[in-house]
Amino acid sequence: MIPEIGHYALILALFAALIQGTLPLAGAQRADAAWMALARPAAGIQFIFILTAFLALMHAYVTSDFSVLNVVNNSHSAKPLLYKISGVWGNHEGSMVLWMLILSLFGCAVALFGGNLPPTLRARVLAVQGLIGTGFLLFMLFTSNPFERVFPAPLDGNDLNPLLQDPGLAFHPPFLYLGYVGFSMAFSFAIAALIEGRVDAAWARWVRPWTLVAWCSLTLGIALGSWWAYYELGWGGWWFWDPVENASFMPWLAGTALLHSATVAEKRDALKSWTILLAIITFSLSLIGTFLVRSGVLTSVHTFAQDPTRGLFILGLLIIAIGGSLVLYALRAPAMKAGGLFAPISREGSLVLNNLLLMTAAATVFLGTLYPLVLDAVGGGTVSVGPPYFTATFVPLMVPMIVLMAIAPMLAWKRGDLAGAFTRLRLAAAVVVVIALGTWYLKSEGPVLAVLGLALAGWLFTGTLIEFSGRLKLFRIGMRESLRRAAHLPRATYGMTIAHAGIAIVVAGITASSAWQTEKIQVLRPGETVEVAGYIFTFEGTQELQGPNYTIERGTFQVSRDGAPIARLFPERRFYPVQGRQTTEAAIYTTWFADLYAVIGDADGEDGRVTRLYHNPLVPWIWVGAVVMAMGGAVSLSDRRHRVGAPARRRAAAASARA
Amino acid sequence: MKAALIAIALLFALPAGAVEPDEMLADPVLEQRAREISKNLRCLVCQNQSIDDSNAELARDLRILVRQRLVSGDTDEEVTQFVVARYGDFVLLKPPFKSTTYVLWFGPAVIFTLAAFTLVVLQRRRARVEAKPLSPAERRRLDSLLDDGLDP
Repeated sequence: MIPEIGHYALILALFAALIQGTLPLAGAQRADAAWMALARPAAGIQFIFILTAFLALMHAYVTSDFSVLNVVNNSHSAKPLLYKISGVWGNHEGSMVLWMLILSLFGCAVALFGGNLPPTLRARVLAVQGLIGTGFLLFMLFTSNPFERVFPAPLDGNDLNPLLQDPGLAFHPPFLYLGYVGFSMAFSFAIAALIEGRVDAAWARWVRPWTLVAWCSLTLGIALGSWWAYYELGWGGWWFWDPVENASFMPWLAGTALLHSATVAEKRDALKSWTILLAIITFSLSLIGTFLVRSGVLTSVHTFAQDPTRGLFILGLLIIAIGGSLVLYALRAPAMKAGGLFAPISREGSLVLNNLLLMTAAATVFLGTLYPLVLDAVGGGTVSVGPPYFTATFVPLMVPMIVLMAIAPMLAWKRGDLAGAFTRLRLAAAVVVVIALGTWYLKSEGPVLAVLGLALAGWLFTGTLIEFSGRLKLFRIGMRESLRRAAHLPRATYGMTIAHAGIAIVVAGITASSAWQTEKIQVLRPGETVEVAGYIFTFEGTQELQGPNYTIERGTFQVSRDGAPIARLFPERRFYPVQGRQTTEAAIYTTWFADLYAVIGDADGEDGRVTRLYHNPLVPWIWVGAVVMAMGGAVSLSDRRHRVGAPARRRAAAASARA
Repeated sequence: MKAALIAIALLFALPAGAVEPDEMLADPVLEQRAREISKNLRCLVCQNQSIDDSNAELARDLRILVRQRLVSGDTDEEVTQFVVARYGDFVLLKPPFKSTTYVLWFGPAVIFTLAAFTLVVLQRRRARVEAKPLSPAERRRLDSLLDDGLDP
């Protein structure tokens, strides 16, 4: 019964979305207030129906209702509760329900908090959201119904892929989707602005917080995914330039560009048309990301062609959404009034260069991910595009990017003083020299690129600190006065400083862990020891244990340095009998500057075991840095200009309505 | 169909690093070279994995092959050429530079240059339009307005 309620709620949500997507749009065109007013209740109703469907599906999972095909395919009665819940979105159909839940939640938020938006803009924004929802609901109902029943119901389910039964991956999709769908808000605002034919600073002020929410979530989502790969795949790698990763990285790059150009649009009333285009591109890349991961086109162009229903449906949606919005942009953008002028060397100019580099990077990932598919599809042969390609093309783009990141915040709006910025960056230049020489001295056998990477990280970190202390006039006026200035700095400024510092931390982590990983692979018998980067690993043997829905082989390592014990590591191999699959669980001991990483493999037939031991320098910095970046975004989001103003204006409107 | 099943099975056969102790060469310098070469060779039956981090059977065979060639005295380049001669360019994770891959190698530079060029042109055009000097008529009008302002 409950699955049928869920299914029915999805159908009702489709109708709510249809109403939300059409009547308010027509109403805004005909200046019909009653039709426009439909948008808000429709958004609320759509959300309630999707929530009903989502809860119905979750109920089926939690109670292990094996009459529902989706539950049979992706769950098992012995699975721990956390993974029964995360199993809801650990599969194609369920992840679409989650996608829609977030979309309608955001639509609902605009309906609730958008009281200060001009009525036509609000109606159009919600209508575009409604149209996106319509597309996805049609897709779900026609090709991916999560509530399909199976008769007779099997006794138990097929279980979730054991690799996905992991806390990191349980929360990876929700963050990723918060990101993708958050960009849909920027997209809806962009389309609404194009229909209105008007973009002002207030518009940019609305777009920025949504973009920030999306960007923070996507940053965390990508970091979680890469962290999972790091500890689960068992050899210390954390980024593979895999198409699935690229699918989430492209919207991140474009979204970062959007975040920066929206700042210019908001503060300087410039780059407005470009910001709109970026909003369209960013969401388009999010849709393409969903398409790439969900259509099966990545596994092989040919398997995709064998069962193309879903893929073709998403492809159709993509063509309508992306093609339609680009046509609308081409028609309406030229008529839009351009904003403030600026000299090439200025804050605006440097942000344009930032956008150029980021979008070229996004285009590079796009090429590398899709070109092999296209070439294969048109019969041009097969080509592999792997990590070496991306390293070769990405590094030349990111090096100037990071150099620029330290300089740009020091340039004034409209016309900047480059020489002055360089003078202020003397200390950062000194740090670069010290780090470069120090790295060279300590790690002379490492690649030259690694010296450059660490030096860049130092440059950015120091430059960011210099810029920040410049705003406080630190050491130039009294400490008390500096603190007073610190208290009055906008939170957006803090956000930028924190996020840029986070990038510096990530760059250092990426550089050191790729350049100086130490790896030892060998067969060890209990009692034998191996030295890894100065640490002594003693293998103490393995034991067999029982998990909730798997069996465990657990190895024990005693790690010591200079005779002093440091840690005990317990790497595991788990066997999930339902799917007959094995997973490895690396044991990791994190210090501030490195991870000690241990994995056990097969037994050698006697009492020895294959063991893989790693010393990964600075690798924790990658995720610490990513979290710092997301924190920066969150701090920026709490800026008072996003909080204040909206309610004040609503109160004013209410007061005038009463009068 | 069978190939598809194998591909799906392998897709999920990710865990547990790839290089096994029994494959490794005793000479650490040769072994290191083998690792570097392996990182650039694709495991043909996997999805986007190098033979260095795949535990598929074929990847193992290729790893052993690479090591055999190294032991018999091949240079890194010769080993790669040997594998390419057997399996084609598809085995290279870094696509070779040839007519079908010009798009990949020139693409980023072309995109950047085109975008930068467009921006400069647009900016110049706008600067010309908006910073046009006043025509004599406008100048007179401005003067008269300013005069009006000065004489209340």
